[in-house]
Amino acid sequence: MTLIQATSPDRLSGGDEEAFVTTNRSVWQRLLANPTAMASIIMLTILALSAVLAPLLAPGNPLRVSPADRFIPPGAEHLFGTDNLGRDMLKMVLHGGRTSLLVGLVVTVISMSIAVVLGAISGFYRQVDVVLMRLVDGLMAFPGIVLATAAAGIMGPSMTTVITSLSIVLIAPSLRIVRGQVLVVRELQMIEAARAVGVPTLRLFTRYILPAVSSPILVQASFIFSAAVLGEAGLSFIGVGIGPKELSWGNALTEARNYIAQAPWIVLFPGLALMFTILALNLLGDSLRDILDPRLARRR
Amino acid sequence: MLRYLGKRFLLILPTIFVPLILVFLLLRLSPGDPAGMMLGDQATAEQIAALRTQLGLDQPIWVQFLLWLKGIVTLDLGNSIFFREPVMQIVPRYAGVTIMLTLVALTLAILIGITMGLISAMNRNRPIDRGVVTTAVLGISLPEFWFALLLIFIFAVTLRWFPVAGYNPPSAGVIAFASTIFLPALALGVRQSALMTRMMRSSMLDVLNEPYITTARAQGLPESKVIGQYAMRTAAMPVVTVAGLSAGYMLGGAVAIEIIFALPGLGRMLVEAVGRRDYPLVEGGVLTISLVLAVLNLAIDLIYAILDPRIRYQ
Amino acid sequence: MTAHLAPLPADQLSPAPLAPTVLDVDNLSLSLRNADGMLPIVTDVSFSIRQGEAVALVGESGCGKSITASAIMGIAPENAVISGTITLNGKVISNLSPGDRRRLCGRHMGFIFQEPMTALHPALSIGRQMTDTLRHNLGLSQGEATNRAAELLDRVGIPRARDILKGYVHELSGGMRQRVMIALAISCGPSLIIADEPTTALDVTIQAQVLDLLEDMRRELNLAMLFITHDLEVVGDFCEKAVVMYAGDVVERGLSADIVGAPTHPYARGLIDAVPAHDDGRTRLTPILGTVPPVGQWPEGCRFAPRCSRADAQCQTRPSLERHGQTDARCWHPLEGNR
Repeated sequence: MTLIQATSPDRLSGGDEEAFVTTNRSVWQRLLANPTAMASIIMLTILALSAVLAPLLAPGNPLRVSPADRFIPPGAEHLFGTDNLGRDMLKMVLHGGRTSLLVGLVVTVISMSIAVVLGAISGFYRQVDVVLMRLVDGLMAFPGIVLATAAAGIMGPSMTTVITSLSIVLIAPSLRIVRGQVLVVRELQMIEAARAVGVPTLRLFTRYILPAVSSPILVQASFIFSAAVLGEAGLSFIGVGIGPKELSWGNALTEARNYIAQAPWIVLFPGLALMFTILALNLLGDSLRDILDPRLARRR
Repeated sequence: MLRYLGKRFLLILPTIFVPLILVFLLLRLSPGDPAGMMLGDQATAEQIAALRTQLGLDQPIWVQFLLWLKGIVTLDLGNSIFFREPVMQIVPRYAGVTIMLTLVALTLAILIGITMGLISAMNRNRPIDRGVVTTAVLGISLPEFWFALLLIFIFAVTLRWFPVAGYNPPSAGVIAFASTIFLPALALGVRQSALMTRMMRSSMLDVLNEPYITTARAQGLPESKVIGQYAMRTAAMPVVTVAGLSAGYMLGGAVAIEIIFALPGLGRMLVEAVGRRDYPLVEGGVLTISLVLAVLNLAIDLIYAILDPRIRYQ
Repeated sequence: MTAHLAPLPADQLSPAPLAPTVLDVDNLSLSLRNADGMLPIVTDVSFSIRQGEAVALVGESGCGKSITASAIMGIAPENAVISGTITLNGKVISNLSPGDRRRLCGRHMGFIFQEPMTALHPALSIGRQMTDTLRHNLGLSQGEATNRAAELLDRVGIPRARDILKGYVHELSGGMRQRVMIALAISCGPSLIIADEPTTALDVTIQAQVLDLLEDMRRELNLAMLFITHDLEVVGDFCEKAVVMYAGDVVERGLSADIVGAPTHPYARGLIDAVPAHDDGRTRLTPILGTVPPVGQWPEGCRFAPRCSRADAQCQTRPSLERHGQTDARCWHPLEGNR
């Protein structure tokens, strides 16, 4: 689904069909040795902490309006300024991040889990594969936002709608990657041997397939997370996302665009937070790929 | 060549039908009565029953599916509930803007991507290369609707080079058209141009190691020709390949961009139709976007076939 | 002129002994600069080629023969540091600017690659590639260039030349591709052709045809030819002279008949013994023990010493290239010329 796109050209040149054969043992050490990866991990830690600690850092209801404090520019009192309803932007950004990151996390877990199961089935059963891959082709090219917009119209804007539609829409790219990896792995001798001696399929899946696809899944998860955060923000921004009663970065920007001339800061900060998050996730994905797939890393 | 395009067309069919089937299923299988939801609380039971008959909702699901399929193939999607006009008369009024926006954005993205990727590859590992690579990473992480707001603030509000919003069709003159399309297209194209920059850089670096580049040099051709014609020709191919995916992405991104810049396009129409629960128009919008995407993809395949003679003879 | 150019015996294949020298390579050395410093690739290579003469540059892969050719053409990698003198038709070219060097390519030197499939552009027509070269180097108009390209294809034995010009490299057979490559190399009337393993990628039957074609072109156009190969049979049949390289060094140099018949350097002997000989009725196949030391790990003295049965303490110092019998060899313990 083109709600997201791989951030690297390599993915499109068919590189994912070949095995990412790396042991996971030293991944963590190598991440720590990689400056880009370290930077992204630090950025993500800051984001996660500020989301978790938002109620402590900025206590009180972030949506409470205070007409007397409208359009206060950033300063000592309000670090990020206030918006058209006198709400503190710092509070909005901190609390909004909770929603954005939560949606991103849930969508990533759901869509990746479905992709792994369907990808494994697709990789092992030819007939299923034919149908699933046509579906994936259809979904890959079509703009996910449009589908999610239609879905929101039918189901009504809510957190559940956003999570459901983004999860469906984001299965396709991961499914294709998992399937490609399974196709490679199933030809390996140890798996042929395991199949020959009658190891049950489920056990084959958990013991052999899952570990083998874990590297590409890890890389893909970073990109899916970033796509989900961006998708939620986009949907909320155009008013078919989590609904006006909840707070997210996308929602915060919807109102802000009407006041861009008099209070640019209310546009600036939620967007910066959004970009910071997406950048961190993309950098993590890029460096994970470099680490897990030396064959592609060489080109950089 | 015709066989190749025919094959590409078959591959595009799922792109047209899968999204539509999803929308069909969502519409029919979601809880609640679409007819009742469309007409709102004040509707009488007769009105709802009439609409159900009009939409075919009183039929079994497989009959509905066949009717729906027939409607799509004959491009008859019924009447818009809000406009009370055939959907297929409303949609074309909005499609032109979206197509223009996407084409201009795609052109901008390709031009920027190829130029920056080329500059980067030719200066590999020098400061300018690092600068381009870093900018591209930032560009990929830039949400286009936010970038659009920044562009409005800088170029429309502060510098007053462009109008804040609105649309002039190409028939209003090139300058008038360009002044309303440039900022939206730039906002829509920026992520794709960053992706294409990265792709162009890596493919150029690969191509420069190809023996046929050495041959061109060994034949005495000047470096400008070796790079500008011999290397570019092959290095640009992957960029053209992803242009199809980029176009799909842009049609999605266009929804927010059209709302921000008040462009009367399909995306805005779709969001408004969703808000009014105007389901026939929603289906029409999804179908049109699918068709636009299919045509764009076929055009890109055609360009690719012209670039790469190996395709033509398959 | 270097000493090895002894007057040729009258019964040799080569043309008049006093034909002018086209290419002279004198003490050519090439190193690659990398993060760790300089990596020597080729050291002190000297040889020369006269008009109408074919000289073989022989050695196993990795001995530096291809990069020597690229240094002559002026298309060595960017990080290459080159010393020594290269003279083309009496003019020193090794001190020219890269732009001036590029102008010599095509017009004065032609290059034939090992793998024509990858050496010709996949997405530009054969005609476009040929006319680009002709127009740029000879200043022809598009029409003139097209006619000339068709003549050239005709000349290298390609039927339906006009149709082939419109075609692309993937539509041709391997032998045809190499013929196109040859036509391209000779298109602008060079006096020197450098052919880098021109038949290695081809079927055995096609190899002979392409070699015959190269031979015809050489005689017809009186070309000087540098023939890079690892195939000693080709050397004996096709080239008047041979330069044998090992680990970046010239180890033996002389008339190919002498080198193939009675080599003085143990490495050249080993190369010949490693070819299954069928003309004397028995099959002899003695491989050289050990492997070529990788670049950067060459021994101090004679680089072949670790693999040589004749090596002794003296071989710890580097021998110079000296006349032994009929040929020049870089060896302290050369073999007797006649076995």
